[in-house]
Amino acid sequence: MIRSTHLPLMVTLATFVLAFALCGWQYPSMLSTRVVANLLTDNAFLGIVAVGMTFVILSGGIDLSVGSVIAFTGVFLAVILRDTSIHPLAAFVLVLLITTMFGAAMGAVIHFLEMPPFIVTLAGMFLARGAAYVLSTDSVPITHEFYDTLQDIYWKAPGGGRFRLIGGIMLLVFICGALVAHRTRFGQNVYAVGGGGPTARLMGVPLARTTVGIYAISGGLAGLAGIIFSLYTSAGYSLATVGVELDAIAAVVIGGTLLSGGYGFVAGTFFGILIMGLIQTYIVFDGTLSSWWTKIVIGALLFSFILLQKGLTWATITRKRTATGSAQQS
Amino acid sequence: MPATTPSLFKRITPQLLILAVVIGLNFLVFPDFFDVSFRNGRLFGNLVDVFNRGAPVALLCIGMTLVIATKGIDLSVGAVMAIAGATAASLVTDGYGWGTALLGALATGALCGFWNGFLVAVLRIQPIVATLVLMVAGRGIAQLITEGTILTFNNEGLIRLGAGTFMGIPTPIVIWLALGTLATIGVRRTALGMLIESIGVNEASSRLAGINSRVLLICVYLASGLCAALAGVIVAADIKGADANNAGLWLELDAILAVVIGGNSLLGGRFSIVASLIGALIIQSVNSVILLSGMPPEFNLVIKALLILAILVIQSPRVAHLIYMLRASGPERLPERQRPSVQEPKEDAL
Repeated sequence: MIRSTHLPLMVTLATFVLAFALCGWQYPSMLSTRVVANLLTDNAFLGIVAVGMTFVILSGGIDLSVGSVIAFTGVFLAVILRDTSIHPLAAFVLVLLITTMFGAAMGAVIHFLEMPPFIVTLAGMFLARGAAYVLSTDSVPITHEFYDTLQDIYWKAPGGGRFRLIGGIMLLVFICGALVAHRTRFGQNVYAVGGGGPTARLMGVPLARTTVGIYAISGGLAGLAGIIFSLYTSAGYSLATVGVELDAIAAVVIGGTLLSGGYGFVAGTFFGILIMGLIQTYIVFDGTLSSWWTKIVIGALLFSFILLQKGLTWATITRKRTATGSAQQS
Repeated sequence: MPATTPSLFKRITPQLLILAVVIGLNFLVFPDFFDVSFRNGRLFGNLVDVFNRGAPVALLCIGMTLVIATKGIDLSVGAVMAIAGATAASLVTDGYGWGTALLGALATGALCGFWNGFLVAVLRIQPIVATLVLMVAGRGIAQLITEGTILTFNNEGLIRLGAGTFMGIPTPIVIWLALGTLATIGVRRTALGMLIESIGVNEASSRLAGINSRVLLICVYLASGLCAALAGVIVAADIKGADANNAGLWLELDAILAVVIGGNSLLGGRFSIVASLIGALIIQSVNSVILLSGMPPEFNLVIKALLILAILVIQSPRVAHLIYMLRASGPERLPERQRPSVQEPKEDAL
């Protein structure tokens, strides 16, 4: 059991190390701190969203609304900073409150109306994207000195790499996420819900609070990712970050979390993000490959990790000898 | 269970009511809505437009209904549309005829569907995950076929599939009506529909009852792939080009929405293709209301989201149970109802 739960994480780690070594061997300049720093900066918003998605998937659910929530956050910030004289920090707090409430509302619908998460968050996706359109259909630039201050915070590493604030925030979110998942009662409840709702209820897990909490975290982190994204691009655009939910799901799966819920690690998601970032960086370094290869390679990686998970699940089931006809869920 | 006419009518009554209301709204905001004229050898009019523009979603939801009836879901249809459109366009620009291009696109769609079906039925991966792979990689594959450009073409035969007419009726309408009729007859006049429903209700027990669920599941995803390919060709033919990035973008969500509006449960089991098709028309009519009323198109998504939410609440097992209990506690109405309303919550709610 221990081996089969840790194996996906190990495979992810090995894949990352191998891929990085291969890249470094082919393009020695990829081993510089600049590339590492950019890897963190460019994937900061995706990483933060993926932490929330890890919680959702650990509980056996899915959240399709995150990409739209990021876009909404960006547009909301841009519009509110353009039209009012409110301080960005207050705007941040406001938007985080909105997105967390939004996630909590979706969680409540999922739990209390017993609807599949897939379709509820789909409605949430339309709603958030629509709200962003209603606010503004143009790309609204953000010009506020506070934004410039935040963007100028970086730590210059030897070798010229600039570790910016947003990369640091992503690392912080990952650490907090890992602590919450593995060291708190809430985290244990998330794993229990993912292991099976009825069983968790019989064990005394507060299903309602946990489900609402999970989607609130995912919504809140999507809001934070939206803030980071607006810092990254200095603008809010309602058509931005289309399909980010798929990237986040892919990162979580490549990170070794079982899509059926119950098994996985927040740390795995971090390496999932890094692997996906690495593919993009490699394509940039190569220069001749077209960017659409990214999608194909990520799709192939996704497929091989799903196969790995499936093989492990089979192995566990066979070992347990609990194979009744209904053991394979589909 | 072959659908006899009265029971079919009863099944689709809520959908027809919603459609009537939405069409009525159309008429309110645009009094000329029902004007249909015959010009240049084809039908013109807003009503015709609703049927014509709704064709891709209608085609998609035929396959999606079958997939959802088996308790599955096909997220890849939008990407498959892009792949099929790209295949057709590249075959035509390479000098092949439109027949070859259509067959090539359909074959690609079938291949994609087979891949999904193989993952679901043989490797037993959850449908959401299995079809996610192609959804992510599919647009990349389509880009590969078009080599990153928007492939435009001038083949008359192919363009006629999307923008032409057949006996005065726009071809897309003819295609989806024909395919819908064919599929309905195929599943309702044979045991096929019942077998699909049984897989959706309980796959393990239907397998024990002797149903070859593996082959049937693959066929269902194959059918969905074929429908998506046809929709992809129509969309490409309509704009005389294959756009790998935007063809069929988010249409999988519209198709799922159409199926859900059609009163089909996402948990599998009983299904109605006719109701799904009406669902597709409802979505298109809503789009049309928003356009004709002069409301900013930005509100389109918000309205759609609220519509889904309303339908979800009505369909929710909890609300259905509540309504059932309320009805049961009413004065002496219980004996009229033969079966509990859990299967068809919409009927009771509306």
